[in-house]
Amino acid sequence: MMAEAALLELDRLSTHYVSAQGTRVVRAVDEVSLRVHAGETLGIVGESGSGKSTLALTLLRVLPPAARIVSGRMMFEGEDLVTKTDEEMESIRGKRMAMVLQDPMASLNPLFTIGNQVAEPLRVHEGTPKAKAWERARELLKAVRIPSPEARVRQYPHEMSGGMRQRIVGAIGISCEPRLLIADEPTTSLDLTIQAQYLNLLRDLQKQHNLALIFITHNLGIVAKMCDQLAVMYAGRLVEFGPVSRIFNAPAHPYTRALLSSIPRMTEADQRLTAIEGQPPDLSSLPPGCSFAARCPQAMPQCREAAPPVFEPEAGRTARCWLADPYATAAAPRAVVGAA
Amino acid sequence: MSIPADVLRLPSRALRLPSLKKLRLGSFPIIPATILVAIALIALFANQLAPHNPEVGSLTARFKPPFWLKGGTYQYLLGTDQLGRDVLSRLIFGARVSMVVGITAVAVAGVIGTFLGILSGYLGGWVDQVIMRLTDTWLALPALTFAIFLSAIVGPSMWNIVIILGITYWTRYARVIRGEVLSLREREFVRLAIVAGCSKWTIMRRHILPNVINSAIVIGTLMIGVVIITEATLSFLGVGVPPPQPAWGLMLSDGKQGLMVGYWWLTVFPGLCIMLMVLSANLLGDWLRVKLDPQLRQL
Repeated sequence: MMAEAALLELDRLSTHYVSAQGTRVVRAVDEVSLRVHAGETLGIVGESGSGKSTLALTLLRVLPPAARIVSGRMMFEGEDLVTKTDEEMESIRGKRMAMVLQDPMASLNPLFTIGNQVAEPLRVHEGTPKAKAWERARELLKAVRIPSPEARVRQYPHEMSGGMRQRIVGAIGISCEPRLLIADEPTTSLDLTIQAQYLNLLRDLQKQHNLALIFITHNLGIVAKMCDQLAVMYAGRLVEFGPVSRIFNAPAHPYTRALLSSIPRMTEADQRLTAIEGQPPDLSSLPPGCSFAARCPQAMPQCREAAPPVFEPEAGRTARCWLADPYATAAAPRAVVGAA
Repeated sequence: MSIPADVLRLPSRALRLPSLKKLRLGSFPIIPATILVAIALIALFANQLAPHNPEVGSLTARFKPPFWLKGGTYQYLLGTDQLGRDVLSRLIFGARVSMVVGITAVAVAGVIGTFLGILSGYLGGWVDQVIMRLTDTWLALPALTFAIFLSAIVGPSMWNIVIILGITYWTRYARVIRGEVLSLREREFVRLAIVAGCSKWTIMRRHILPNVINSAIVIGTLMIGVVIITEATLSFLGVGVPPPQPAWGLMLSDGKQGLMVGYWWLTVFPGLCIMLMVLSANLLGDWLRVKLDPQLRQL
């Protein structure tokens, strides 16, 4: 897997929001580096405001006017998306890289039929003639398991149930057979049984099309079920990145550990839920050291002085934490771990 | 065909067409609609309906009263004016002017206003600033004075009036449409279109325009009354439709001296026509506004 080139490779990518006067800079995404291979699923988790959604918007270059990509590179199929013009991005969006939005229930235009909307990306990107695009729309509806697609293409969004609309939005996402599908909290507005159906559907589609998936969520259960790789974001920074199973077994960053231990468990029903004390820092005035230091149970003096660089505790994993520093004096971090 | 049973129970295509039943005719304003349709038909068939040539009179038959008064004849049902022209024929042809000016001027204003409103609301930034400051300036101008000023420049003719009224009244559309676009722009389906790679123009044409067209139609019906009044006012002031073309406003203007000496039919009949048409248009507009309101509409 490591041998082939990554489909998407972010290299120290930073996106900042700048206020109108230029006096306040919010570092929403700060020096994020990660890789996604074809056919792989990457989960991005983090608290609200940790920069997950901004990262997704940055990938598609659909940022609000106040946001700037200030540095870094986004290599997608060998091309740097940061340097693309807006017109070039329009032909990439929806065609080679698609996205499913946070609220798919509201993602359909109430005035057009389902067929019309599923066929739209095909007509925009490939200039497919109308009849052929509708034929393809019917196939896509079948692919996302909508019963009797022949009848459904001529209906309007308000005639569909929530789960169906969700799957239709998924069909729009894959209509041009993209290489990468970004799903920004795609299941938060669904109930649990439909969530499971939809996740299975996404996985099947992924297998059929060798699709790379980026899953933005704060549901670690979904990550465990769906993802191969996990990226944990905190205060705009990627604090830990690596294969899901290894991170779940041995998290390298105290924040990841805290996130994992805050999952409610059936077996410990008599215990109180574990919460992470304190609040995430203000992204416009980050502390000089590690941004998690103030809430970290294992913080050391050096954490408050200097922000940790990206360490590689083992091959294919990165962590932004002094505890992961392989050259650190063995005594200091071990002692902290032992105490905790 | 192996369609599952639950699908068979869905409403069929034919039922979903916006049939009259769907619009629920209960509150349909039948009388105003009838009046408007009648005026439209009269305007359309003016040549066949009018008993006399509206622009040529006979000076031997000046100031004849309507037929039911002493001195009136059945030849001139609603009397004649100072040049002996048949008032009824002039009213019939005047309907044509009012209809054409009313509808086309509203359409011209609607196209300009909707276009600028969508641009302003969707593109935002300096485009929005320029268009909205222009609109503010336009709204600060007294509309009637501005229209008089324009028609003094381009000269009187029916089509000039249409253009003048169009560029006087587009601001109302631009304001309302911009507001709607601002909220539409944040809707998920517009964001989905953006991430699906649609260009700004595609989004404005395919996703924004169809969603604001209802509002434009409602403003349009409410504007018809305003536009017809303004046309009549301009004609009354002598800068509208040039004589001898029959326009209701012009007839009011011509008849105003006669009012003092008892020739009331020269002003009352065109006045009634204007009032009926404007009132009908407004009532129909009010009904449409309620019917097309997204909050009340079943979607």
